[in-house]
Amino acid sequence: MRAQSPLAWVAFALTLIRPAFAAAQNPPPQPQGDYAPADIAYGGRLYDAQCTTCHGANGDAVGGVNLRSGIFRNAITDQDLARVIMNGIQGTGMQAFKFDAAELAGIIAYIRNMNSFDRGSAKLGDAGRGETLFTGKGGCTRCHRVGAQGSRVAPDLSDIGATRSAGSLLRSLTDPTSQMMPINRPVRAVLRDGKVVNGRRLNEDTYTVQLIDDQEKLVSLTKSELREYTILTASPMPAFKGTLGPDELADVVAYLLSLKGR
Amino acid sequence: MTRRTTAAALALLLIAAASYRLQAQVGADRLLNAAREPRNWLIYSGGYFSNRYSGLTQIAPGNAKDLELKWMYQAAVAGAWQTTPLVVDGIMYLTQRPNDIVALDAKTGRVFWIYRHQLDPTQIVCCGANNRGLAILGDTLYMGTLDAHLVAIDTKSGRPVWNTRVADNKAGYSVTLAPLAVKDKVIVGVGGGEYGIRGFVAAFDARSGREVWRFYTIPGPNDAGFDSWQQCPPDAKPFCDPEAWKHGGGSVWVTGSYDPSFNLTYWGVGNAGPDWNADQRPGDNLYTDSVVALDADTGRLKWHYQFTPHDRYDYDSVQVPVLADVTWRGAPLKAMVWANRNGNFYVLERETGKFLVGKPFVKVNWMDTFDERGRPHQTVQPAGQPTWPGNQGGTNWYSPSYSPHTGLFYVSAWENYATIFGGTPVEYQEGRNFGGGQNRPYVPVPGAPSLPGLRRGPINYWTDAAASGAVLAIDAATGEQKWRYPMTDVTDSGILTTASDVLFTGGREGYFHAIDARSGSLLWKASLGAQIVNGPITYEVDGRQYVAAISGLSLCVFGLRER
Repeated sequence: MRAQSPLAWVAFALTLIRPAFAAAQNPPPQPQGDYAPADIAYGGRLYDAQCTTCHGANGDAVGGVNLRSGIFRNAITDQDLARVIMNGIQGTGMQAFKFDAAELAGIIAYIRNMNSFDRGSAKLGDAGRGETLFTGKGGCTRCHRVGAQGSRVAPDLSDIGATRSAGSLLRSLTDPTSQMMPINRPVRAVLRDGKVVNGRRLNEDTYTVQLIDDQEKLVSLTKSELREYTILTASPMPAFKGTLGPDELADVVAYLLSLKGR
Repeated sequence: MTRRTTAAALALLLIAAASYRLQAQVGADRLLNAAREPRNWLIYSGGYFSNRYSGLTQIAPGNAKDLELKWMYQAAVAGAWQTTPLVVDGIMYLTQRPNDIVALDAKTGRVFWIYRHQLDPTQIVCCGANNRGLAILGDTLYMGTLDAHLVAIDTKSGRPVWNTRVADNKAGYSVTLAPLAVKDKVIVGVGGGEYGIRGFVAAFDARSGREVWRFYTIPGPNDAGFDSWQQCPPDAKPFCDPEAWKHGGGSVWVTGSYDPSFNLTYWGVGNAGPDWNADQRPGDNLYTDSVVALDADTGRLKWHYQFTPHDRYDYDSVQVPVLADVTWRGAPLKAMVWANRNGNFYVLERETGKFLVGKPFVKVNWMDTFDERGRPHQTVQPAGQPTWPGNQGGTNWYSPSYSPHTGLFYVSAWENYATIFGGTPVEYQEGRNFGGGQNRPYVPVPGAPSLPGLRRGPINYWTDAAASGAVLAIDAATGEQKWRYPMTDVTDSGILTTASDVLFTGGREGYFHAIDARSGSLLWKASLGAQIVNGPITYEVDGRQYVAAISGLSLCVFGLRER
């Protein structure tokens, strides 16, 4: 058997696509509006690189299969699609693919929107230009760290491209509070002696809280010993909607997506 | 020695031997009267009324601060350790992963023997190698297995007495609950609610292992209640399963209760299958999400009450049925009190199943009112909108406690917790997951990325933004909340109360708490380092009271500091 690209296996798997309950029912409606354009664009780039060999640019290169139809024999939900892509289908040519969470979100978003998505409507930027913006004009390393560079005050972004989707990253830049994980919320504590501790929450339980303070020190506090304890819900990160243009934002997102950790 | 004195000596020896043997046995009478010997823990929930309440009083609110660790026992196989140990006359018996029994000295934790059940490699379970404990009757221990067997093990040698297949593990059946021994029978239910099983409760002869009766929690075509699995309309859209009852779920994976005055044994029944796509199984889907009252001798159904008809939220009703004799509107009432996964607290009359009280103990929006017979008026939320409580429920299988001393019912609750449910059609295939949907926890931060799943680790990634925990103390007769002990993280721990009004419980944060059962104030706590998911127990050896909890891989036993 000749060596085949992974795309060939996807193609083969998708030849199995048929309505799940052919006669008894209509296919369930697919949620077309829940996918961020940035995810779809990212997924489109991944699709071009990994899937077009077999499925073709239009998703219909495999006989009897039309990815644009939104109907899949082995997948109804997005979780099903993820399972098919990540696990393959035993007994068929579909092998398992390794995508991280951000890539998977993109691929699924793209497959779900192939039929209607305008490639020109959302841009995926240039990671190199994005890195320059990240360390320069954006001033991101004043708070964030990537690898050995930058501050630890805000969350470390060394693997953010493996854990956050493109859409979430773009929203983080334009509306940071909306994308802040609750665990990362800023806390303000006043000790019995009046000393104020500001930091980012790392963990919390009924009796204690662990944080990294604004001097990058790890601090554990016992709540019963505090005069005040406040968890802030607004992100201290500035929104970049006005300071970075759409192309620049796309470049930063492309850079963040390239950060996959080690 | 004359022949007569020899004979007399021999007779005395035989009597002594016989009485020793009798003393070693846990006869059915001892199980009936378990409350009279609080030094022991003879039944999963402490007694047939499942109060998880002990008459011991040595550890009290005034001295709980003097609790200290006495010994630990470490298991080898990782995973949520949900078992409740039994303690019989100084010997502790408990189960550990994957499917072992350990006998150890309850005073020192040193091991006498370990029985290791050899599991069928094809066993299928949804949620890990869970086993919740044992039953004891006579000189025999009884354990369910992940591959759906019931094994009888000698208490002294740890050797098998018999091994009976309960159901077909290849079809997703398992037995994870602690069996319940009643008279001469051992009663179990089957797990597998995520695999399209047809659930049942079955009784086995304690001596032979022969099956004596079986009650299917999903009625068949000739049974009462079958019409609650309605026929599919012609040309049904969306998908409707014409044989939904055959794989209708109704698992039973938490130990039931027993009231000898009615000879009734009570069992909570799990979710319907598929879990989330209710549209393909029209009707109320009896007896899923119900409590069933079964004659202990025959398994015949005396009554049932369904908490969540036509469930689309996986609201298993596998909570421990707590039996409490309370005062109801000035008159004595033999009640069953129940905090359900669906977020409501119930009081039922336990002879007839009559509905008396239904009241939310956490936020509930899947229903709004009850009719006079206790049927909920359901308010299905629009697609994409959160449903309270979420998929794991307002509570779950975690053992609650009822203290006859305070008249309060205590339960571990998940507060501010919701799920966005989505049902999708699924075809039954033997042994394959039969969930029928995708759900995500609702995080009340607009547009925020999904939190990590129900991750059980030392960091509370969920935070109270997605859910928090609490111990709730509820008046067992009225459902009125008396106090609340909030926790930052959610809690899967069971609860123990004692006659000295001390409440013991744990939680995901790994703290083991002693709380004043009357006021709800903290008396003492220890940080054990990993989540506590089992129900604590207490017992006494040589005049000293101990309390046992499991944190992670560690069974930790505490007692008062010796002065």
